[in-house]
Amino acid sequence: MIHETSWIAVLIFLFFAGSVLGISFYLGSRAKSASGYFAAGGGIHWAVNGVAFAGDYLSAASFLGICGMIAFFGYDGFLYSIGYLAGWIVALFIIAEPLKRLGRYTFADALDNQFNSRGIKLAAAISTLVVSCFYLIPQMVGAGALVQPLLGFPHYVGVIVVGCVVTLIVTTAGMVSTTWVQFIKGTMLVLLCAFITVLILFRGVTTRPTDADGREVRIAKRGVPAAEVTGAAGVQVLAEEGAWRGKPYLRVKSAAGPVAVWRKDGDLLSETQTLTEQTDGRKLVNGRPRGKGPGEANLSPVGYASKLPNGAERTGAIGPLAFLQTMQESDVIQWPSEKIAESDGGVTTVYFQRVVSGKDFMTPGSSPTFKKVRSAKLFDKLDFLSLMLALFCGTASLPHILIRYYTVKDQISARKSTVVGIAAIGFFYVLTLYLGLGAMTSGALDITDSNMSAPLLARSLSELLFAVLSAVAFTTVLGTVSGLIMAASGAVAHDLMTNFLQMKLDEFQKVRAAKIAAMCVGVVAIVLGILFAKMNVNFLVGWAFNIAASANLPALVMLLFWKRTTKEGITAAIIVGMLSSLGWILLSAQAYSDVYGLNPATAIVPFSQPAIVTIPLGFLVLIAVSLCTKPARASAAVAR
Amino acid sequence: MAGLDFKAPGTREQEDVAIIAHNTRMGVILFVVYVAFYGGFMALSAFWPEAMSVPALGGANLAVVYGFALIAAALFLALLYMRVCRKSKEGGSK
Repeated sequence: MIHETSWIAVLIFLFFAGSVLGISFYLGSRAKSASGYFAAGGGIHWAVNGVAFAGDYLSAASFLGICGMIAFFGYDGFLYSIGYLAGWIVALFIIAEPLKRLGRYTFADALDNQFNSRGIKLAAAISTLVVSCFYLIPQMVGAGALVQPLLGFPHYVGVIVVGCVVTLIVTTAGMVSTTWVQFIKGTMLVLLCAFITVLILFRGVTTRPTDADGREVRIAKRGVPAAEVTGAAGVQVLAEEGAWRGKPYLRVKSAAGPVAVWRKDGDLLSETQTLTEQTDGRKLVNGRPRGKGPGEANLSPVGYASKLPNGAERTGAIGPLAFLQTMQESDVIQWPSEKIAESDGGVTTVYFQRVVSGKDFMTPGSSPTFKKVRSAKLFDKLDFLSLMLALFCGTASLPHILIRYYTVKDQISARKSTVVGIAAIGFFYVLTLYLGLGAMTSGALDITDSNMSAPLLARSLSELLFAVLSAVAFTTVLGTVSGLIMAASGAVAHDLMTNFLQMKLDEFQKVRAAKIAAMCVGVVAIVLGILFAKMNVNFLVGWAFNIAASANLPALVMLLFWKRTTKEGITAAIIVGMLSSLGWILLSAQAYSDVYGLNPATAIVPFSQPAIVTIPLGFLVLIAVSLCTKPARASAAVAR
Repeated sequence: MAGLDFKAPGTREQEDVAIIAHNTRMGVILFVVYVAFYGGFMALSAFWPEAMSVPALGGANLAVVYGFALIAAALFLALLYMRVCRKSKEGGSK
């Protein structure tokens, strides 16, 4: 879809970004010490830190990815919300206080607290860098997805803008400015989403959605008798040839117009939308050149209910439970797609209509990601179970979340700030179901980009709301990316350079090294964000959680709860967990289809999410190696 | 700027082994409770997905109600944990 540029959104975003940078420069003029740079001097108030947790954690994936997945497929996107929130239980009950007690700047400090092992420092630093980079990809992809409707610029422009702004934030004042950005972002995001949810409930559900100006959204035709289409004057039915042979499509060419593609369902036809990428790079929409000028065509917005309970056309204002009940009892039109290789080398993507009942899309297994939970085979269910395990275990293993425990003064503050974080994040995740379902019936969805569902939902309500939401979403990316770059720069300057390589750096040199590292990571993030532009951000985050949980959780948990743990065991568990999960992901069917463009059926590993195998593997490796090596703890100040 | 004064030195806590052990035990117990609840959700979704479409509360189906309950339970257990945790003599308010 080609979106209109929203200059209000641009102005609001510039205001937000300018404010954030101004605060960063102000705080940067005061933060000179390593403690100030890496951990804000441990002086952040627990309530501020709690909201900053939300700002850190509610990433582009949470906001754009989950809403997009719910809008396109229903309840399955909410499974991510549940898993992401549940992970905070591990953080609060198992990790938070010991981590605060044992560490200083990075989670490697905590792991290495009793061993003084260079192996642990190196392994933990590499793990931090790998997880941060994997988590950075979806954030940058989300930034690119946002900039298209905002400015009309290509995807890569958004990636570069976010990369540069965030790097500037992190290099000016480190954890202090990062905390401040995350606090502002977390507050705005939760409040704005709550406001939009109220508007969704006031609007209710309808089979004839309108845009923000009250114009009815065009509803694609369905159930049209074939004779009505083929019998029209001057229409020529094209023969089924090439890759179209045997497909359920009817192609008709009018005398003066382009080729229209209809999907066959017995003797009835339904409209489709097509996007053809020609070999010379030009794009055709529904057979016409893509554009908004005369003779050009643009993909139509979609997303509407086809049937409401009792045959109603609209519900009017509705309560939160009644809204969910209505969705369960309604039918909606979804737009799956199929690629057809043309004989001239071009590729046509056909987006066709499919009526889905609420009973189907409001239960697990309606999306391509989770459809295997409805399979009768046990093996097919492992992908789902593995992802839910990764989300549960991954939160407490994410480096950019863990370093936030060092910004408060003590364990009680760590505990309190986690509870505040759980309240804010939990509330937000409840809202995601309403936002996603609201978008599903908003008549504003872009069939080519699920990540744009939440901003387009806002546009269907009000242009100003779209502008504010887009700007907040951009700030959302800034908040999370700054936390990730902060974690990565700490791993380089503190864990690698100071502790592993034992370079003699004074406070100033250490902070300078971290800032240079932040700039390098910023460049890497920009490159990765451009390379992975087409992937759903939510799925990418799932991978990051898998790697984080597999590499870091076994080491953290066993250090706290098994006296026999050795430094060799920890080092081995991190390396094996990281490499096995990374390798598994790179050999999975999802990587084959989305990254390499290969046939997913030829993938080496049996399912895409590795956690159910690689987390236990990490524990086993740690136990085996620890039993084979000699324990040598420096102290025994660990809670058991 | 209140709450963001990074120049304030972070105070190092005095660790009371008995209190740490108590809090750790409470954390583990509540963790196990939540894991059981979360595990139930995973099992239902994976092995009895059709059960998730059954109306459960106010017309909302079991999938939605169980999902909301997991989020609410996380907050409830977190607050309960705050309540049962002991504080050190040097620590701040509970």
